[in-house]
Amino acid sequence: MTSTEKRVVIPPRVSIPIGPQHPALKEPGMFKLTIEGEYIVDAEVNIGYNHRGVEKLAESNTHIQNLYLLARICGICSATHNGNYAQAVEFAAEVEIPERAKYIRTLIWELDRIHSHILWLGVAFHEVGFDTAFMYTWRDREVVMDMLESISGNRVHHDMNTVGGVRRNVPDELVPRLLRGLDRLEERMKYYRDVVIYEKTFWDRVAGVGILETDVAKRTGAVGPTARGSNVPVDVRFNDPTQAYIPMMDTGDFEMVLSDRCDVAGRSVVRVVETLQAIDMCRWLLQNMPDGPIRERVRPRIQPNEVLARHEAPRGELIHYLVTNGTDKPERIKVRAPTHANWVSMAHTLRGNYLADAPIILAAIDPCYSCTDRVVIVDAEDDTMELVPLDVMRVRANKWYKMHPRREE
Amino acid sequence: MGFLKRLFNKAKVKSPWVFHFNSGSCNGCDIEIIAALMPRLDLERFGVKLVGSPRHADIMLCTGPVTEQIKPRLQRIYEQMAEPKYVVAVGSCACSGGVFRGAYNVLGGVDQAIPVTAYIPGCPPKPAAITYGAYQLLRVLADMMGVEPAQLAPEFEEPAPPSPECGTIETEVAEI
Ligand code: SF4
Repeated sequence: MTSTEKRVVIPPRVSIPIGPQHPALKEPGMFKLTIEGEYIVDAEVNIGYNHRGVEKLAESNTHIQNLYLLARICGICSATHNGNYAQAVEFAAEVEIPERAKYIRTLIWELDRIHSHILWLGVAFHEVGFDTAFMYTWRDREVVMDMLESISGNRVHHDMNTVGGVRRNVPDELVPRLLRGLDRLEERMKYYRDVVIYEKTFWDRVAGVGILETDVAKRTGAVGPTARGSNVPVDVRFNDPTQAYIPMMDTGDFEMVLSDRCDVAGRSVVRVVETLQAIDMCRWLLQNMPDGPIRERVRPRIQPNEVLARHEAPRGELIHYLVTNGTDKPERIKVRAPTHANWVSMAHTLRGNYLADAPIILAAIDPCYSCTDRVVIVDAEDDTMELVPLDVMRVRANKWYKMHPRREE
Repeated sequence: MGFLKRLFNKAKVKSPWVFHFNSGSCNGCDIEIIAALMPRLDLERFGVKLVGSPRHADIMLCTGPVTEQIKPRLQRIYEQMAEPKYVVAVGSCACSGGVFRGAYNVLGGVDQAIPVTAYIPGCPPKPAAITYGAYQLLRVLADMMGVEPAQLAPEFEEPAPPSPECGTIETEVAEI
């Protein structure tokens, strides 16, 4: 009974769950990768482990309390959430903040971007197994952390913004020190740029990996360095500037950083060059900072209004949608964090790559689960992933708030 | 106490392997834990090593107010750790829920799910505070295991308690 017929053996498909606790992940998220041999054929994203119910909580807080709550959505880009919310409330109240406050707010945003990008660079080096550079980048990151600390008093949650301005001034004595720190950072970043581009250890691991074509990036709505690495010109700082970005862009000294490589290498180069650009921006802001008051008094009760505030966070476009109702509490606040916009393209970039490249591809969008888990349902390739269904969550929330009225007057 | 037991205890105090679990934190505490392990403060000089698996770890560093969804995972991972095991709650969130206290999906503190040995408050605690907390925990462990502090490494000095002073910007950046 021997058959001479040739049989085509299809390698079995294996599904590998990664997470929610995994050495390759810094945060709880879960990925189900279906692999054939060494190739990833499908990827599913399962998130929601970090859903804390911030939006719901924010509705029972005053605007001032919310500034601190929203800053704690994410520790890496806390300044962006904090500043963007302040911006949203100011838009709703229709107040102009003093010029100096705008400059300080932008300065914190840009310093935050430097810190976030250096952090990402370190993580990327770590994911490709280049731990020496990981240690170097994190050591140099301490310089910018010190700068942020000397301005705001805290290393991670700066909480510099308040409704109507900023809470602390940048004293004149500090400016030369900050400029010296920026010089040091620039020198180091130039070195890392060379490491990224010329060091084979890194480049060979990222070149041609995790391709995201320009049209796919556009179709799936990628934002931030992920999109710019695929040659999609989206950057809120340039497209729709606010705060001190307006005079900064008017000088014409700054150009959007784009790369047409469409792979992880492109995204890395965009981030590194953007860091250098952010250093220049900080220098410009410090040199052109006008004198004057740093905050404007705003009445705590904000008129009924509906606004959308946008800001370019280190990871991409951050949107805060705010409805105010004439009291000192928001009626509704919705946060669309950049990572959420990038998830959709994630499954596409993973497909067809080696399993060993999965960590660096995941890291390349700089995922931030704590930002993203405002939402519970994720559509990845029209598969609806829901761990706790939304209606169950809603019922649970309503029940909880009925039982625990929080700070009700 | 047998010789082997003494050796084990000494090893445990001299080289505690830590494992980091994010139970719904905002990442602020997580990056500060990594910053404490990085060259400036270098927690590794105490023999503290960050490992990726709960089965290798003696100490679990928990950050974040435990969310409803992560709670069963946290308990499962705690059970996977080998005895003796210690849990350190890093950050205000892990200690009490912090700003998220009262949200519907948050338990409010790691101690609501698993027993906790040490608390390091702060939002986020500075790397110096984490180093100090780790040192205090090691001292308590040394006491519990009956290891003389003199038996610990000579470079095992008490770090300065965290101060409100900021670092200086002109940090040493070594030439490469
Ligand atoms: S204590 Fe602060 S920094 Fe730490 S996880 Fe909580 S909010 Fe984030």
